[in-house]
Amino acid sequence: MKIVVCIKQVPGVSSVKIDPETKRLIRDGVISVINPFDYYALEEALRLRELHGGSVTVLSMGPQKAEQSIREALAFGADNAVLLCDKHFAGSDTWGTSYVLALAVRKIGDVDLVLCGKQAIDGDTAQVGPGIAAHMKDWPHAAGVSAINGIEDHMLSVNRMIDGGYDECLLTLPAVLSVIKEINEPRVARLKGWLKAEHSLIDIWDADQIGADVNLLGLNGSPTRVVKTTPPKSRDRKTTFFDGSEAESAGKLLYELRIISAI
Amino acid sequence: MYISNFQERRKYNGIWVLCELREGQIVSVSLELLGAAAELAAKRPQAVTAIVLCDKFNDGILQALWACGADRVIAVEDSSLKYFNDEDQAAVLKRLIEKYSPEILLAGATAVGRSLIPRVAVMCHCGLTADCTRLDIENETGALLQTRPAFGGNLMATIRSDSFLPQIATVRPGVMNAVEPQTGRVGILIKEKMLLSEHMGLKKVIGELRSEGLSNYFGSASFIVAGGRGMKGPEGFKLLERFASKIGGVLGATRAAVDAGWAPYGIQIGQTGKTVQPRIYLACGISGQVQHLVGMQSSDMIIAINHDREAPIMSIADIAIVGDVFSVISSLLDALTPVA
Repeated sequence: MKIVVCIKQVPGVSSVKIDPETKRLIRDGVISVINPFDYYALEEALRLRELHGGSVTVLSMGPQKAEQSIREALAFGADNAVLLCDKHFAGSDTWGTSYVLALAVRKIGDVDLVLCGKQAIDGDTAQVGPGIAAHMKDWPHAAGVSAINGIEDHMLSVNRMIDGGYDECLLTLPAVLSVIKEINEPRVARLKGWLKAEHSLIDIWDADQIGADVNLLGLNGSPTRVVKTTPPKSRDRKTTFFDGSEAESAGKLLYELRIISAI
Repeated sequence: MYISNFQERRKYNGIWVLCELREGQIVSVSLELLGAAAELAAKRPQAVTAIVLCDKFNDGILQALWACGADRVIAVEDSSLKYFNDEDQAAVLKRLIEKYSPEILLAGATAVGRSLIPRVAVMCHCGLTADCTRLDIENETGALLQTRPAFGGNLMATIRSDSFLPQIATVRPGVMNAVEPQTGRVGILIKEKMLLSEHMGLKKVIGELRSEGLSNYFGSASFIVAGGRGMKGPEGFKLLERFASKIGGVLGATRAAVDAGWAPYGIQIGQTGKTVQPRIYLACGISGQVQHLVGMQSSDMIIAINHDREAPIMSIADIAIVGDVFSVISSLLDALTPVA
């Protein structure tokens, strides 16, 4: 099985701060990490390789420094790695990003399965996984996959989370899956893996090498554009503390809830 | 579709709402979106169309859609639409979009909306904004101004995508308001067929399991009772569940509680779980790590119960109850249970 795992380097959540005066993101001192959901995709790929053989290729679009995240993925045991790096890629929205990733999957060739995390924690859109499948034309996708049950008659059987429960579906391969945390418990990278990853070769491809139309990329080529950012509505109420006995606090809370007819 | 000139621009008209059915009922976010669409149409006059893809369409659904603001209903009824199949549904939607050229398409940010709509947006070469919490429209240009939380709710971003039509957005359940149903309001019904070529056979959904425990998925829940490590075990969650069902709320949990096996992943709230925005969020025995806060800090009212006055959750709460969470919940339950 030839598997591609898409990963994204994101700012660590606890390090994202907003400048109280300018209301802009403070980018200094922000720690970059692999998007937490992507570890589950990587782990699932490694397990599939252990079961069915084949290879795992890590794929990421980002600046040069995303290389450190790719090396981390290699330390877990991925076989190959590709970094998609080009100034034309910068500023692409999810349409452009999934377009670039899909072109890279095509260039890698003979891919059976693409695995992504459920969503990236900086954008929270969950759009790139399904977007890759759509760019691959007739590839099916399943989002919110909680278990891979196996392969039956060239169909991949998965469970996915839907509103209020789960369903089970069979997908023809090749296919794209985005996985949720429930699917597995990721392993820990071993020292041996880190040492190997340090010397692994990472292929770096630009727009030209994957045959991307640069008019469809970047801020100008993307359908969506951010026209304004504002701080979230600040809470106008201060915290009211109930410090009395538990029974007393419960009574006060009920009173408050009844006033606003919440119960 | 990229719009290069005015002639092309003029072809596009109307606001579409993808309406989801669950067990034959219209899900609440779809009704909320019809309300939001009606508000947009009041600013820039145009028709509101409800799109229904289902295996069994009936008069009750039709009347309800008309009553809740749909001027027109386009229904595709086909046995293959019983389960959620992204590929087939995306193919139908694309065909309908090309046939009718709507200016705007809205869908709920549900599991269905967040899986199906990205596929449709790529196929139609359109922009897509996920998880909007506010929508507005520019009367002259028809540009949909889509506002969504970014960076875990630390920033609100307003996005437009009107160089490509239709403009597509998914909207968080529970933030828009459905209109008061006007019984007897009548609109247009168009029945469209599912064409055979749209059954691509790429995916087969074998069955669904909507578990009792997860049927309280957050959706448009207005009252969420969430527990954390402070609930000490599965018994603590039983207590919260009893309280939640008493007040008509739904149960949520932190990652710590889910990892400990006290609650299923389906109800996890926070960075690696779900993002919720209820009217009232009651945090029980939750310390308030930033990974949890990003999933619930947009709630209208936050009430926290914690023995630690200095816990981070307390500083973002409207009401902070300092004390033993078990005693407080038990007192609440007692007060709500009529004496026999």
